[in-house]
Amino acid sequence: MKVILRNPRREIVIDGRRRVHALLAELELAREGHLVIRNGTLVPGDAELDRDDVIEIRPVISGGA
Amino acid sequence: MKCRTCREPAIIDLPRHNANFCAEHFLQLCRRQVAKAIHDHEMFTASDRILVAVSGGKDSLAVWDLLVDLGYRADGLYIALGIGEYSDESRGYAERFAAERGLVLNVVSLREEYGYDVPTAAKATGRVPCSACGMSKRHLFDKAALDGGYDVVVTGHNLDDEAAVLFGNALRWDVEYLARQLPVLPARHGFPRKVKPLIRLTEREMAAWCVVRGIDYIIEECPMAAGNRHLGYKEALNSLEEKSPGTKASYYLGFLDRMAPLLADLAATGADSVRPCARCGAATGVADEHAVDGEIVCAFCRLVERSAAHAPVSVDLVRKKSRAERRATMEVEAR
Ligand code: SF4
Ligand SMILES: [Zn+2]
Ligand SMILES: [Zn+2]
Repeated sequence: MKVILRNPRREIVIDGRRRVHALLAELELAREGHLVIRNGTLVPGDAELDRDDVIEIRPVISGGA
Repeated sequence: MKCRTCREPAIIDLPRHNANFCAEHFLQLCRRQVAKAIHDHEMFTASDRILVAVSGGKDSLAVWDLLVDLGYRADGLYIALGIGEYSDESRGYAERFAAERGLVLNVVSLREEYGYDVPTAAKATGRVPCSACGMSKRHLFDKAALDGGYDVVVTGHNLDDEAAVLFGNALRWDVEYLARQLPVLPARHGFPRKVKPLIRLTEREMAAWCVVRGIDYIIEECPMAAGNRHLGYKEALNSLEEKSPGTKASYYLGFLDRMAPLLADLAATGADSVRPCARCGAATGVADEHAVDGEIVCAFCRLVERSAAHAPVSVDLVRKKSRAERRATMEVEAR
């Protein structure tokens, strides 16, 4: 699957299927700090992501004071 | 995963509620949390005119959307801070949001109207960028609210923001800041009321609100924010939250419930006398006032004077300098 990461924007390719929480753990990304979006729609932690899915992992923490 | 309310497929899991929600019932939860914050803290009523501080980021666009959705009368104010591409892009998001919904967005440009921008102000005054920026924003929101006849200024501070600030204040035991860290800052002479309707919702929930509602917002960070202390506090709290969901809410909302009342006397003593600035007329607290040739001049007017006289400074220059400064401070603190 194609995974789009942000800040800065970049893409990686992951082989095979994954559940959302497994993908986050593999990339060492905190659940509370990210949303996972598949083909434009939010997906929960137990969703199974397929080989041809396009996934965006969007960070949600902003730093301004 | 199924929605707790309707058993349809869920789009989001919220461990702190020990539940999952479909899009419709997630939005319902957000609306209820905002309505509860507005009601519990008596933030405003349907007849109040509201000015939302809009940055083009998820929180400010979400709070504006939520207020309009709940039937309130809310206009926006965007301040063009002159932070390179980041500012140009974020302004675009704010303007498109307003235009698509037929909402009123006022825009104030630091460069066009006051002759400076945030990077230049940071350099000219020796402040860190967020301090120069925060002071400019506070002054201009106060001014816009008073000039425009608004009853209240709304900001998009969410639960994560407030918990992180609380954490920082508690680490330093800064009791005066603790006493004033409330979701409602009452109006006092020359200052409008300021409120934070998102205190019961997390950053992740606000980003999700935007995704579900189809709101495009600036995802990139302000280049000045990188590596600041506030971010470190948020990450620390989030790692506690992952192990023990609900920690952030019980920390901050518990503070409001049980600790803030004990500090109420202290909060009241902060409401000292104010005098008008000789240049702009803005109410100026004793702590902020400063005599220039025997006149009271507010901190904002002094910042404008120094910054507008300084040659424009690029974002990168300020960033590099502040990074070097941070390293230097860390080295000093480590000793
Ligand atoms: S991160 Fe700092 S400089 Fe950037 S917008 Fe926020 S307060 Fe201003
Ligand atoms: Zn549902
Ligand atoms: Zn002034």
